[in-house]
Amino acid sequence: MKKREGEGSSRKNGDAAREQDTGSCSSPVVAAFKVFQQELDTKHDKYERLVKISRDITIESKRTIFLLHRVANVPNTEEVLKEAELKLEGVRQKIGQVAEELRGEDIHQFHRAFTPGIQEYVEAVSFLHYIRHRSLISLEEINARLVYMRAEGGDPKASAEGPAPGAQVLTFHVTPSDYLLGVADLTGELMRMCISSVGNGDIDTPFQLSQFLRQIHDGFSYIGNTGPYEVSKKLHTLRQSLGKVEDACYALHVRGSEIPKHMLADVFCSRTALLDSDEGVA
Amino acid sequence: CLFHLNEISIKITICLCCCFVSLKEIRKVVQGLEQTAREILTVLQSVHQPSGFKEIPSKCAKARDLFCTVKTQIGDLKTKFPVEQYYRFHEHWRFVLQRLTFLAAFVVYLESENLVTREEVAQILGIEVVREKGFHLDIEDYLAGVLIMASELSRLAVNSVTAGDYNRPLRISNFINELDSGFRLLNLKNDPLRKRYDGLKYDVKKIEEVVYDLSIRGLAKESESSEDK
Repeated sequence: MKKREGEGSSRKNGDAAREQDTGSCSSPVVAAFKVFQQELDTKHDKYERLVKISRDITIESKRTIFLLHRVANVPNTEEVLKEAELKLEGVRQKIGQVAEELRGEDIHQFHRAFTPGIQEYVEAVSFLHYIRHRSLISLEEINARLVYMRAEGGDPKASAEGPAPGAQVLTFHVTPSDYLLGVADLTGELMRMCISSVGNGDIDTPFQLSQFLRQIHDGFSYIGNTGPYEVSKKLHTLRQSLGKVEDACYALHVRGSEIPKHMLADVFCSRTALLDSDEGVA
Repeated sequence: CLFHLNEISIKITICLCCCFVSLKEIRKVVQGLEQTAREILTVLQSVHQPSGFKEIPSKCAKARDLFCTVKTQIGDLKTKFPVEQYYRFHEHWRFVLQRLTFLAAFVVYLESENLVTREEVAQILGIEVVREKGFHLDIEDYLAGVLIMASELSRLAVNSVTAGDYNRPLRISNFINELDSGFRLLNLKNDPLRKRYDGLKYDVKKIEEVVYDLSIRGLAKESESSEDK
């Protein structure tokens, strides 16, 4: 530690430096850096809070997806779907907290903190939507459900009861990029759903899924490399998923009638095992 | 041949169009800024030469002139994207903004031997300090630029001695030590700024060695005080 002329010794401990405020030795430089310290700390704290919320969103969305995979194996599908809807409502509450943190901020400054959670949410909500409606949920439909009412005190309520006096409307916008990435991940889940539906003796779903996945794939192919970098990476996985599903449909079509239903899954599995080992080589 | 877009493809393509602000345009302006930054650097680099020391005031004036060009170019850059999406495209100009901060800080040091404030840098570049007011200087870019200048000053300390100026290194030493105390107050994350800050201790050490070399040979006078204005 050095003593410089006209000043006290510099302290390494930020806290101590903060305590000794006023006149005696704060040079303008040190005073300026105290301000920088506060600014940086505030920003980092917000980032960390967003990371934590994002993790919660990811976990709950993933659990919803696992729940939805059980739909085909359960007698009462509506019950499962309702439970999934409830879980996603909980996730939406968490996204409301994200919106609260981002109020007045440039969302892209913190985007990396919450993008994993949001992508997982898009995957979950589009999965539920597909199971119910056999179509792809649009970005607008997703964002329409991410509208929150906030009372002036900041007490979060996503309330349907109409705004209290002094209440504000807060919205969260999923970015197009996060939407695309979530949909790309959805295709993986749909591929799994296809495989398990064959195992259940359901021979209609694979063909429907194949059609649907092909459309998604064609859409992504059209974008090609012109989209965000992460999308190009996912396009590769998407092609593989589509390939597996198309091969499954082929196997069902050519050989399905020859094989008892309970053995269909075996046929299918052996083909996919072949595919997987091919991928290792390629 | 016509490509028939199905409903899903349309949804996806619409998403894509929203993503496109013209990145080409942004890159083009940034390249222009980088060129100007190089010109400013060329002007200022010459202070390291023995002959350059005397010409410091005129070099600074010339650099300030070139900063007018920078102002114009940044003015152009601001028109290329919606202002509220600054951080979406921030990566495109982060590097050049850090360089320009360094150059502004260097000019101000050469003129007054003070640390340029954020507000001064913003004024030189024709931008804001506060994000809400418009295209602004991110605090981490400011800090990075200051650290780049610290390295430049450690080099200047060495070359001052070679040029026969034995007092400047002492003043640089005081300045850099004060800068170091300032940086110690910051709670940095393990990011590029932290890595750059880690380099500051080598600058501090280098300058200390210069000062030591001078003092043991009695070359440096403990002359006028090193107070900052």
